[in-house]
Amino acid sequence: METLELKEQTITAPATQSISGSKAVLEAFIAEGVDTIFGYPGGAIMPIYDALYDYHDQLKHVLVRHEQGGIHAGQGYARSSGKVGVVFATSGPGATNLVTGLADAMIDSTPLVCVTGQVFAHLLGTDAFQEVDVVNITTPVTKWNYQITDANEIPHILAKAFFIAKSGRPGPVLIDISKNAQLQTFEYKGYQKCEHIRSYRPKPIIRKSYIEKAAELINSAQKPFILFGQGIILGRAENEFKNFIEKTGIPAAWTLLGLSALPTDHPQNVGMLGMHGNYGPNVLTNECDVLIAIGMRFDDRVTGRLDKYAKQAKVIHLDIDPAEIDKNVKTTVPVWGDCKETLPLLTELVTAKKHTEWLNKFNEYKQKELDVVIHNELNPTTEQMTMGEVIKILNQNTNGDAIIVTDVGQHQMVASRYAKFNQSKSNITSGGAGTMGFALPAAIGAKFGAPSRTVVAIIGDGGVQMTIQELGTIMQTEINVKILILNNEFLGMVRQWQQLFHDKRYSFVDIQSPNYVMVANAYGIAAQKVTSRNQLADAITTMLQHEGSYLLEVMVGKENNVFPMVPQGCSVSEIRLS
Amino acid sequence: MKQEYTITVYTENQVGLLNRIAIIFSRRKINIESLNTSPSEAEGIHRFTIVINETEDVVRKLCRQIEKQVEVLKAYYNTNEEIIWQELALYKVPTDVITEKVKVERLLREFGARAVVIRKDYTIFETTGHREETEGLINALAPYDLIEFVRSARVAIIKASNGFHEKLKEFEAYEPAEELAENAFLNNQAEVFSM
Ligand SMILES: Cc1ncc(C[n+]2csc(CCOP(=O)(O)OP(=O)(O)O)c2C)c(N)n1
Repeated sequence: METLELKEQTITAPATQSISGSKAVLEAFIAEGVDTIFGYPGGAIMPIYDALYDYHDQLKHVLVRHEQGGIHAGQGYARSSGKVGVVFATSGPGATNLVTGLADAMIDSTPLVCVTGQVFAHLLGTDAFQEVDVVNITTPVTKWNYQITDANEIPHILAKAFFIAKSGRPGPVLIDISKNAQLQTFEYKGYQKCEHIRSYRPKPIIRKSYIEKAAELINSAQKPFILFGQGIILGRAENEFKNFIEKTGIPAAWTLLGLSALPTDHPQNVGMLGMHGNYGPNVLTNECDVLIAIGMRFDDRVTGRLDKYAKQAKVIHLDIDPAEIDKNVKTTVPVWGDCKETLPLLTELVTAKKHTEWLNKFNEYKQKELDVVIHNELNPTTEQMTMGEVIKILNQNTNGDAIIVTDVGQHQMVASRYAKFNQSKSNITSGGAGTMGFALPAAIGAKFGAPSRTVVAIIGDGGVQMTIQELGTIMQTEINVKILILNNEFLGMVRQWQQLFHDKRYSFVDIQSPNYVMVANAYGIAAQKVTSRNQLADAITTMLQHEGSYLLEVMVGKENNVFPMVPQGCSVSEIRLS
Repeated sequence: MKQEYTITVYTENQVGLLNRIAIIFSRRKINIESLNTSPSEAEGIHRFTIVINETEDVVRKLCRQIEKQVEVLKAYYNTNEEIIWQELALYKVPTDVITEKVKVERLLREFGARAVVIRKDYTIFETTGHREETEGLINALAPYDLIEFVRSARVAIIKASNGFHEKLKEFEAYEPAEELAENAFLNNQAEVFSM
């Protein structure tokens, strides 16, 4: 095993205030209100795990089956609870297993504090056992990271870590703690939360003049259009947002991560933006006269071809991150700041209106999309089931109250298009990174973050096999998550692209599955497989009513495609219905 | 249009920050022509001077990404007209060749060079100036068995700057002044609204 050399640490004489670095880490967690840690132990983090042994009644630790599962669970927890997700991993391979999750959390602005163990400080740079330069590996995928080699640093560095992770535009923070610092006892002077770092301005100051200018543009607009993203959810500004759109009467469309910030059936909710979004919002982006983007970052999956994106429109961009202004789309009026503060200021200055005619235009496009795409997807006449009809029946059972966690692929797009949501923080998916394998562990985390809510993970037959080991975590924690596998016996989304853009040359997308029912049962999880439509409704009810976790595999059409679609390199107005 | 820009970054002095800043460029496949780190006029504040060849649009976005880093206080970018800048170069040449073939005196005068060391076997000259100036002396010495040459990164001072002391006080304050909280590039309203 790892070296047990202890000689280099400074051992201070035992006094009432002397505690170990490891204990200081856990004291910091308690002061920050942490209740759950997702983690996996190993040599370099053993002192912290040893200290955790005495804290088990204050801190819940969820033993995952792989560190990637741990960090995705931390993300799910953060997204369903609005709190910071906390993750433990050991040095070397433990830490490198976090990298995918860090990248995912970075691009989706998820607040995390990850603590990794590191080899003894005197071994740094010697290629010691399980030594990896984790700070440098993770620099591009963390909002901030830091290596601690002296226990005295632990309280204030952890205070900084939590402050940075959750303030401003949230993001993942990684703290690497060498083993000697974990073992070292030091004079503990208590924990003080961090509220200010001189070089860090989480929120830009709000400028009244920009708000006034934005209000002027909105008041004179004939065809204004709102695009909203996760900024509303992260800023806890759902009510402020609703007040704003209801006063202005402007139609509003969401990005993948903005989903659930506004109830799905709100009359001004005109649907989803982007590659597999709704017809109206995409086409009318290129017809509106004022585009109001709130807490979103104009991702290329939303904009399609940039030089043909909303060129006719004046753009108002509300964002907390100054670097997002003008990054992809040139802004006419930048409204910097936290939208929880800027939206009410803007609402005050805008005149109350109803854009009935303009809203009707969205409805006309919606009708067309209903006729050509949606109707068939939800009420298929084919023998094979569609993903859409599964989601429809799920909606009938959940009434929009469940947390839906999706993986990546066709099922993700179909679920986002058709799932109903009544409340915020209910849609959890890997948006910016598109990480297959995200959903199963994220669903576990989401349930820990919101124990009173129903959590349904919707996963493809490809993605579920990427992190299927987390069924072990479900077994051991006896957590209640519903796992809905939509099995099309293909890596569906890649197959769709091969069909449409590569002459149907199906190159390595034909993927086999194990017997999921047996796999689930082996983990002590109830399960069922459904192959025909007449079993579907009962199966979904059974799944939702089952006490405890349940896995339901639904066989769906092998070669169904997701439409509408904005092909890569095309403008949003070139969206295809078939 | 691409041109030379000098980026001046005021930062906390922390391990790893050089990497954090450098990867903002390398991630976008942008070559750093020159990079210098040094203390600044304000105690405890470090100053990076980075030279790149890019369009203004790209440089502006890069500066925002740099300012987004937790330990960065401020990033400015300037064209060569807006700064006073210098680079330092050292040249090692065999003393006998110099004394025989070129007059040391001529070099010293013509290129504003200074002899830093004169030994029997070699002499080291130093010049300070713009790229063309330091390069002029290389060309002059090239035929005379130039043994070694090295040039430093650029250091630059922004003509219009009043230094960082006052700004730093405002950063330390909990509620910053407007100018600091906002990005300098957007302070000019006329530019923002002319589209
Ligand atoms: C880790 C990872 N590897 C590869 C991909 C590329 N990819 C995107 S969608 C997809 C197919 C997903 O197949 P499946 O999980 O069966 O879902 P479906 O599209 O069939 O609903 C693949 C391979 C990815 N997004 N993430």
